[in-house]
Amino acid sequence: MTATGSGAVLLRMSGITKRFPGVVALDDVRLELLPGEVHVLLGENGAGKSTLMKILGGAYHADAGKIELKGREVRINSPRDALDLGIAVIYQEFNLVSQLSVMENVFMGREPRIPGRPGMIDWARMRRETTAILNELDLPIDPARQVARLGVAQQQMVEIARSVSARADIVVMDEPTSALTDHEIVQLFRVVKQLQARGAGVIYISHRLEEVPQVGSTVTVLRDGRYVDTVPATTPIPDLIRLMVGRDLTRQYPKEHVEPGAEVLRVEHLERRGVLRDASFSVRAGEILGIAGLVGAGRTELVRAIFGADHRDGGRIFVDGREVAVHKPADAIRAGIGLLPEDRKTQGLVLLLSIAENVSMASPGDVSRHGFLDMRKVAARARGFVETLRIRTPSVHRLARSLSGGTQQKVVLAKWLASRSRVLIFDEPTRGIDVGAKVEVYQLMATLVQQGAAIVMVSSELPEVMGMSDRVLVMRGGGIVAELAGDEINQERILAAAMGQGHVVAA
Amino acid sequence: MSSQPEPSAVAAPAEPRRSWTEFAFQLGALAGLILLVAIFALSSPSFLTTGNLAGIARQTSVNALLALGMLVVILTGGIDLSVGAVLALAMVVLAMVITKAGLDQSVGMLAALAVGSALGVGNGLLLTRLHLPHPFISTLGMMNIARGAALVITGGASISALGGGIVKFIGNDEILIGSGDGAISIPIMLFVVVLAYVGFYIFLNRTVVGRHIYATGGNPEAARLSGVPVDRILVLVYTISGLMAGLAAVVLAGRTDSGYPNAGLGFELDAISACIIGGTSFFGGVGTVGGTLIGALIMGVLRNGLNIMSVDTNWQTVVIGTVIIAAVYVDVLRRRAGQSR
Repeated sequence: MTATGSGAVLLRMSGITKRFPGVVALDDVRLELLPGEVHVLLGENGAGKSTLMKILGGAYHADAGKIELKGREVRINSPRDALDLGIAVIYQEFNLVSQLSVMENVFMGREPRIPGRPGMIDWARMRRETTAILNELDLPIDPARQVARLGVAQQQMVEIARSVSARADIVVMDEPTSALTDHEIVQLFRVVKQLQARGAGVIYISHRLEEVPQVGSTVTVLRDGRYVDTVPATTPIPDLIRLMVGRDLTRQYPKEHVEPGAEVLRVEHLERRGVLRDASFSVRAGEILGIAGLVGAGRTELVRAIFGADHRDGGRIFVDGREVAVHKPADAIRAGIGLLPEDRKTQGLVLLLSIAENVSMASPGDVSRHGFLDMRKVAARARGFVETLRIRTPSVHRLARSLSGGTQQKVVLAKWLASRSRVLIFDEPTRGIDVGAKVEVYQLMATLVQQGAAIVMVSSELPEVMGMSDRVLVMRGGGIVAELAGDEINQERILAAAMGQGHVVAA
Repeated sequence: MSSQPEPSAVAAPAEPRRSWTEFAFQLGALAGLILLVAIFALSSPSFLTTGNLAGIARQTSVNALLALGMLVVILTGGIDLSVGAVLALAMVVLAMVITKAGLDQSVGMLAALAVGSALGVGNGLLLTRLHLPHPFISTLGMMNIARGAALVITGGASISALGGGIVKFIGNDEILIGSGDGAISIPIMLFVVVLAYVGFYIFLNRTVVGRHIYATGGNPEAARLSGVPVDRILVLVYTISGLMAGLAAVVLAGRTDSGYPNAGLGFELDAISACIIGGTSFFGGVGTVGGTLIGALIMGVLRNGLNIMSVDTNWQTVVIGTVIIAAVYVDVLRRRAGQSR
């Protein structure tokens, strides 16, 4: 590592090793953080990023290794210790009490007291100091507002404000942008710069490689629990990928053009008060239709309404030219539609059941007689999909919860292939899936359309939309505002449509 | 990471694949039962006699039946507080059909099963149609309604002398196996319980609907999006629970040759206890028929053994409370062990 002159290293973790029964999660990992640095931690799922940060945050205890803060060795035995040492970890699931106000959350556990009156909270001071911090970060949030009434992005800002109020000089952010719109991401980056300017060190975990040069100064890459390298954030993305996966990913978007066949799904004038307005479109066999738009534009709501997961106020749905009455998911499934939801853990799979049972969940009729399941058939069918979709598991009787994100997505896909779905709706197909597995999901999608399926893909990741779609619909305010095909599919056109006329897109 | 507990033994189909921790826990409850039996057998010669064992079977049957119904409800993440009161109402209706209307005991039995099922359907509809926020509330209401109704229609008095017939046969008769000194008499109700447990085992592990119950409890949203009729499943589980309360009413009426409106007080809590001791998760999706049987047996053996050792009944209650907490604590420890993966 190059000498930084002042030697004012904020944090040095070295030789960090953590074993869990049967696995070495971290093996001799090191990390160095300088003041005012945004240090991006990169790695596939399972590379050990979260474990390393949990050790720093006091949630886990390392089996070996040293943590030094400003040159002094420290022991972090609990989250409380970490906070006291000025380390704030912002997890993906926020640690906010949503029923309470912004300022109460900012000062949670450190509420200012009225001197001389034990146990009485000094509300005036709490509000004053919260306002000061929010102003400093340039965040227009009312300190008295209930957190539940804030959007995701603002809740995240409250977490950041809390770390500032706790005078944390190390702030860890675990995939902070995964739920944010492009606009909100710009705001987040601004706040990160503020933290940087205050001399704090930020450790930033992300799956979005394109963010690395925008927000980071240095990158440390982990692979399979081992330290790989520390490089500048300006390193080209293909090089970063190579470091992460240890090999070249030649083709990230393996989509090949397929001559579209007959129309499979047509939607006419779909309406839902306050959510969807007059949405109409169609998809043909062999086609991937991308749906782009900002968060809140109504993309997920549109596909959920088509699938019967949410109620709709109007509109007709046709499969193979015949109208189908879709009132509940079971109706859509019978018509040959399958939904791969954005959140696989809460909507796609029953984690406490086996892979085999999840695969047969939507089509139990094929593997049962008179209501009695033939467990051999259930297992055999699942084994077939394990082979064709290359689902990595030692057994189909493994619980779904034991699988990684990419593998879980394949199990959800297997469920719909088992029920002979011909329209597959992917909502954020690769969210939370690591780089290597992403490509596999894309390959599967490409193969499926070659075999005559029709795919509708909702995605917030523009490269994914542009790389995989034959046509792209752009949504805004619950309606479809643009349809792009061929050369029209580019970042500028999509963003312009998504953000509406008059908005100048600042890249 | 998910905070969901590792399932103790989600009955894995076909080739059950259980990690050894799960297996150890399942054995843990069984080991507890064996330990209890050993302790009581050593401390009292009268414990392991066929007469006493038949007594345990008689005392445990009602709770064992209610616990089965409770199991399917808790598997969906719910709770049924009304089973004790539903049992009472079904029992007095049975008694009135036989004594007041002068009908055959079989009609009384069908009436009890019908009353139980109907109130169960009610519980399910309160939850799925009126969207009451939690089954704790709907079944708490139903508990009071059923108890009140039982008191109203009987004027608070118990009804006795039900005569002979199927109810008496189920609740009071025994079958003699063998002859001479080696003969063992087995209560008929034991067969009913065994039949119910075998039936529920097959139902929960081998049928589409049974697996849908686990899916609904494990993740209702994912189940719904897979086409599982979640609302119908919920109504069904409360109906099953009510039906089991009706069946338990038949057993209790036969055993006591009566129907009384104060029957089944606190039985819902015993049924819940049996499920919990047997490793059923309150969050839904996790629990087994075998575990529930062990849970019910532990409670029955404990009560009986403490009686034989002439422990004061008030103290027995304290002991049972301790056992429930200990059983759940073991579950917590096991979950913690399962998480550090």
